[in-house]
Amino acid sequence: MLSHRLHAARKNPLGDIVRVLQDDGSVDPSADPNLSRDDAVRLYRGMTLERILDNRMLALQRQGRIGFYGPSVGQEAAIVGAAMAMEPDDWIVPQYREPGAALLRGMPLKDLICQFMTNGGDPAKGRQMPCHYVFAKGHYLSISSPVGTQIPHAMGIAWGMKLRKEPAAVLVYFGDGATSTPDFHVAMNFAGVYRAPCVFFCNNNQWAISLPVSRQTAGAPLAEKAPAYGMEGVRVDGMDALAVYGAVRRAANAARNGQGPALVEALTYRFGPHSSSDDPSRYRDEKEVAVWMARDPLVRLRRFLEARGWWDEGREASLEKEIGDEITQAVAEAEAMPPVPVETFFEDVYAEPTWNLREELGEARSVRRG
Amino acid sequence: MTQMTMVQAINNALREEMRRDDRVVVLGEDIGKNGGVFRCTEGLIDEFPDRVFDTPLAESGIIGSAIGMALYGLRPVPEIQFMDFIYPAFDQIVSEAAKMRYRSGGQYTVPMTIRTPYGGGIRGGHYHSQSSEAYFTHTPGLKVVVPSTPSDAKGLLTSSIRDPDPVLFLEPKKLYRAFREDVPEGEHTVPLGQALVRREGKDVSLFAWGYMSQVCLDAATKAAGKGIEAEVVDLRTLVPLDVDAVLASVKKTGRAVVVYEAPRTGGYGGAISALLAERAIEYLRGPIVRVAGFDTPFPYALEDVYMPSADRVFAGIDKVMAF
Repeated sequence: MLSHRLHAARKNPLGDIVRVLQDDGSVDPSADPNLSRDDAVRLYRGMTLERILDNRMLALQRQGRIGFYGPSVGQEAAIVGAAMAMEPDDWIVPQYREPGAALLRGMPLKDLICQFMTNGGDPAKGRQMPCHYVFAKGHYLSISSPVGTQIPHAMGIAWGMKLRKEPAAVLVYFGDGATSTPDFHVAMNFAGVYRAPCVFFCNNNQWAISLPVSRQTAGAPLAEKAPAYGMEGVRVDGMDALAVYGAVRRAANAARNGQGPALVEALTYRFGPHSSSDDPSRYRDEKEVAVWMARDPLVRLRRFLEARGWWDEGREASLEKEIGDEITQAVAEAEAMPPVPVETFFEDVYAEPTWNLREELGEARSVRRG
Repeated sequence: MTQMTMVQAINNALREEMRRDDRVVVLGEDIGKNGGVFRCTEGLIDEFPDRVFDTPLAESGIIGSAIGMALYGLRPVPEIQFMDFIYPAFDQIVSEAAKMRYRSGGQYTVPMTIRTPYGGGIRGGHYHSQSSEAYFTHTPGLKVVVPSTPSDAKGLLTSSIRDPDPVLFLEPKKLYRAFREDVPEGEHTVPLGQALVRREGKDVSLFAWGYMSQVCLDAATKAAGKGIEAEVVDLRTLVPLDVDAVLASVKKTGRAVVVYEAPRTGGYGGAISALLAERAIEYLRGPIVRVAGFDTPFPYALEDVYMPSADRVFAGIDKVMAF
């Protein structure tokens, strides 16, 4: 059990898992990324926003106000901590469980919720099911449902940066399940060969829907796959936002400086279901969930902020209210948006619609009228 | 004008586009130092050492990383060594490259041209001979282009590289060195989506692409000997199809033979036949005839039997003329 390994690391913080935050809110000075107060609070805010947003969106899904949702509760440190470590010119290639990263890159909350509602306010015109958002202005790539397909794209983007001598890097998110896909291995191999500035970030949340990571591969830890491709692999406590931030920051800096790619494996946990269509009680033990919930990444970062004197009950209450109000307002604005107009149906198949698409638009219009 | 084979014309197009646009990069297996197994990329690595890449042996990696390069703003031209090897990259082509513009609402695009030799007639057996364009013509978001002459190969490849959408550029390897013709040096483009009437005729229309266009020309010569004037329409671009050219020819001749070397069932020629049945049936004086490969895997020893020949095309002409 990987949870046992994490326990072992707790007893031995100098083990092979990078860990910064101690239970009492103090930090391991040898690994402390030394975030400023503003950055630490920004990180905490981003994680809190993702937590509250997730719970609200899951509730809206249960009420039938959005069609589908994939919550990320429990993984906020890994998701937002990694995104925080990247610079504005860097690119982020998401899997599909990182709304906190998109928001951190500047995606407007209302646009994100319009995507969840797949209405006329969705910047991607309602083309994909909920949780498949895109934000090109923030170099945040479009999301694909098949697992692992985005990893070679990240490699190619990073390769392009290297060819154009742009001092930037790519962060690509994927899960433990994705490490079984050919796309993961081929991208790791290419990145190693071409020394592409790519940070491969594995959100090892222990479960790929119903399959535990122990049955995903006989070659755990996942980070140990990195040396086979000529790059460094590092394991971090994925419930520790400072550890994640520090590890990704080091990997991204090294990548930008021409030192090639790296694999960061964050040991984390999905507290909730795989998606609104999933019932995790069918395949996993609630006792295991409880063990991981005791390491809640929000609680741990908050303890750190409080130990520094940067946070207290009052600030917490006002942050929660502020975020709650923001979401309430964004939901109201999103629900006021009209449905996706049928005129957009045939756009963006190609740069210019072909003759058959122009004809088919006429047919689609008559369907909508009918 | 210079006399070139199709291989030389493709090489010339790549070289000129790489000179014109420093975003154009070429990648694939054995395409650098070795110049490609058919020599289409010969010498490019000497002129552009930073933009020609011999890749590891993994088609999904070649296409997947080329997609990333295109997303980033480059103009990658990946090569798949044989179309028969493209399937590991199928997911990346049909589900990623072809869907990116649509699924992102136009925020991201993939201007990438995948070059790959396809088709039979070189004694390459099942894994060096297939003509599997129909898997890709069935994919909205992807364009599919097939030249049949050296000059068109240069003009169409140049247009494909400049196109804002992903293009699958199929090279009929049987024609790589089959003949030379005058190819314009310097700027030469052939617009995508325009068919070409290679031979005019009033009695029957032959629709084909790639090597089959040449087979149809041979069949038309044979037909002329029997007093039948066959028109040969080389589609050149399968997606988007030049529907006007297809319909115009059939409205003139009243008869259609669709020729393709892929297995008959589910082939792209079926889509042409359906289009004619839907839109031109009142002009037809006989059944639409398909002359195609057989519904078998591509055979080695019986390759000559498998490949549609001028005789088989002529038999198709005979059938519709006799109706």
